[in-house]
Amino acid sequence: MFGLVGAPQLAFCWINDLRRFVLIALPYFWLLALFLVPFVIVFKIALSDAALAIPPYMPTMKDGLSAMFLQLDFENFVFLTEDDLYWKAYLSSLRVAFISTVLTLLFGYPIAYAMARAPHEWRATLMMLIILPFWTSFLIRVYAWIGILSTEGLLNRFLFWIGAISEPLTILNTSTAVYIGIVYTYIPFMILPIYAALERLDASLIEAAEDLGCSRMKAFWLITIPLSKGGIVAGCFLVFIPALGEFVIPSLLGGSGTLMIGKVLFEEFFSNRDWPVASAVAVILLLILIVPIILFQRNEQRQQDAEG
Amino acid sequence: MVDTVFAPWDDPNVAPLISFKNVTKRFGDFVAIDDLTLDIFEREFFALLGPSGCGKTTMMRLLAGFENPTSGSMLLSGHDIAGIPPNKRAVNMMFQSYALFPHLSVWENIAFGLRRDGVVKDVLNARVEEMLKLTRLEKFGRRKPHQISGGQRQRVALARSLAKAPKLLLLDEPLGALDKKLRQDTQFELMDIQEQTGTTFVIVTHDQEEAMTVASRVAVMDEGRIIQVATPEKIYEAPNSVYVADFIGDVNILTGPVKAAGVDTYSLDFGGTEPVTANSDRAFAEGETVHLAIRPEKIGIHAERPDGPNTVQGKVLDIAYLGNLSTYHVQLPNGQIIKAQTTNTRRISRRAFTWEDLVWISWSATAGVLLDQ
Repeated sequence: MFGLVGAPQLAFCWINDLRRFVLIALPYFWLLALFLVPFVIVFKIALSDAALAIPPYMPTMKDGLSAMFLQLDFENFVFLTEDDLYWKAYLSSLRVAFISTVLTLLFGYPIAYAMARAPHEWRATLMMLIILPFWTSFLIRVYAWIGILSTEGLLNRFLFWIGAISEPLTILNTSTAVYIGIVYTYIPFMILPIYAALERLDASLIEAAEDLGCSRMKAFWLITIPLSKGGIVAGCFLVFIPALGEFVIPSLLGGSGTLMIGKVLFEEFFSNRDWPVASAVAVILLLILIVPIILFQRNEQRQQDAEG
Repeated sequence: MVDTVFAPWDDPNVAPLISFKNVTKRFGDFVAIDDLTLDIFEREFFALLGPSGCGKTTMMRLLAGFENPTSGSMLLSGHDIAGIPPNKRAVNMMFQSYALFPHLSVWENIAFGLRRDGVVKDVLNARVEEMLKLTRLEKFGRRKPHQISGGQRQRVALARSLAKAPKLLLLDEPLGALDKKLRQDTQFELMDIQEQTGTTFVIVTHDQEEAMTVASRVAVMDEGRIIQVATPEKIYEAPNSVYVADFIGDVNILTGPVKAAGVDTYSLDFGGTEPVTANSDRAFAEGETVHLAIRPEKIGIHAERPDGPNTVQGKVLDIAYLGNLSTYHVQLPNGQIIKAQTTNTRRISRRAFTWEDLVWISWSATAGVLLDQ
C-alpha cells in the first residue's frame, strides 16, 4: 500500500515545495534586485574617491576586482563629520521633517475623522477630492504655491483686501513656506491610513464607552485614538520619510536660507559632481531612516508576542 | 403564598423603577415609538419582544440615553431622565455586538467603567475579580477579546456592564451571536446572575423562546406600539390579539361570526360542517366576527369520533416529526388546515396515523381563546 502511493505522493510534495519556494523567492528577488543591489552600488561609490573621469569616481571595475576592493576606504564618511555643514543639514532636515509630520497629523486627523463620520454616499467623493491633486504634476503644484505665497501673491493680496494686514507678509523663502509646502503635499499620505483605521472602527465602541461613564471627549481619547494608532503611525512614517529627504519643496519655497539634506545631496551630485561624498550622504540618510523603522517594528513584534 | 410570588406589577403600592409616559420617538417621518406608556419594576427581568423594526431597540436606546424622546417623559426611580447623557445615567447596556474594547484586556474592559468613576484601586480590583468570578472568567483576565471564544466574549460584555452595579441593565439581543445549545445554557446563566445581583434587566430579543424562558414579563411590540404586556404564561395562554397569539408559538385561528350559547359560552361558525363552541370571559355581540385561537397541543387527534363538544373530521395532510412531538396538519372539509400536536409516547413504528388518513380532531370549550382582533 505504502509503496504504491508513496512515489506519486513524494513527487507531489516536491512540486508543492518548489511552488512554495518560488512564491517566497519572487518577492525576495524583487527586493534584492531593486533595493539591495542598488544600495550596494551606492555604498561602494561612497567608499571610493572622487575623480575627473566618467564615471566621476575611482577605483572602478576597470582597475581590476582586487584593486577595486583594496582601494576602498571610509574617508568620505570621515569628511562628513569634519564639515559641520552636513550634520547641520541632517539636524535641520530632521527638525523640518518632524515638525511637518506633527503638523500634517494635526491637520490630517480631523479631516480623516470627518471623512469616516460622513454619510456613506459622500465618502467616495471625499476620497476622490483627497486623491485628485495627485493627477497634476507635483512640480506644478509646488510652483503654484510660489504664486500664492509671494509678497505680491494671492494670499497677501487677499489679506490686504480684507484689511488684516497693512504690510505684505514675507512667507516665501522662509521655513514657514517649506512647512506649508510639505503639509500640503503629504497630507493625503496621512489622511488615507488614518481614514482606513477610523472607518473600520465600530461606532458601538464609542457608545459603549459613553455608556460606561465617558464623556464624548474622553471616549475619543480612550477609544478612538488608541484604535487608530496603527493608521497614525503608518501615516507619520509615510510623511516623515519622504519629508526628510525632500529636495523640491525647500529649493522652490524655502529659498537659499533653508538647509536641508536633500538639497545638499543634490548639490553634491549635480553641482560639485562629487559622487562619492553624495553617496556617503545618502547612505547616512538611509541609516537615519532605517534605524527608527527597525526599532518600531521590533516594538510591534514584541507587543504582539506579549499579547499572544 | 401570595407573598412568595414575584408580581410587583399587580401591587398598586409598588413604585415602578422605570416608567414611560406617552413616549413618542420619531425619526423624520418614521414613528419608531408611538405614544408608549409602560412601567417596569425593580428586580424584574423584562423582555421586549417583536419583529425587527418594531421599535424595541429604539426603546432600549431611549433608556440608555443614546436617543431622546420626541415627546412624553421617561422616569427612572421617579426622576425624569430625558436629556441626561448616557454617561450620567445609572443604566448600563450590553451591546448586541458586545462592543468590547479590542485594545484592552478582559480585565481592563471590565474595569473600564469603574475607572471612569474614579473608584479606589483596592475596591476596583475586588470588584473586577468579583465580576470575573461571577461570569467564570477568572482564567481569562489577561487575554484580549480576540483571544477568547464567542461565548466568553458574551460573558465579558455582561461582566463589564454589571461591574458598575447599575440600577438597570439593558441587554440588546445578548445571545444573538451564540449557537443554539450555548444560547440555552446561557439563558439560565443570565437568570441566575440576574437573581444573584438583584439588578433589573431589560432584554431585547426577537426570539420568543428566549423571552419566555428568561423573562418575568414579556412585552410584545409591533410598529412602535406595545400590543400586550404580561407574564409568559398569560402571553401564551391568554393572548389579547391574533398578532400576539401568532407571534408566540404556533396557533390555529378559526374565524367567523359568533352567537351566544349559554353563560360565557359562544358558538362560532367558522365555515365547517357545524359550529364550534368556546368559553370566553369577554362578551361579544351577536353576529360579531371573532377569532378563535387554539394551540396545537390542546387539540386531540383520534381515529374514531370522540364524545364532546368540538369534533371535526379531516384528513392528515402532513406530519412534522420533531422527535419528542409530532405535529399533524389536518385538512378540514372547508380546506382550512389545523395543526394538532401529540407527544410521541410510543416508538415511531407504532404511530397510529399516517398520511391521507381520515381522523377526528377535538378540543374542549376552554382550550381556545376568543379574540376580536
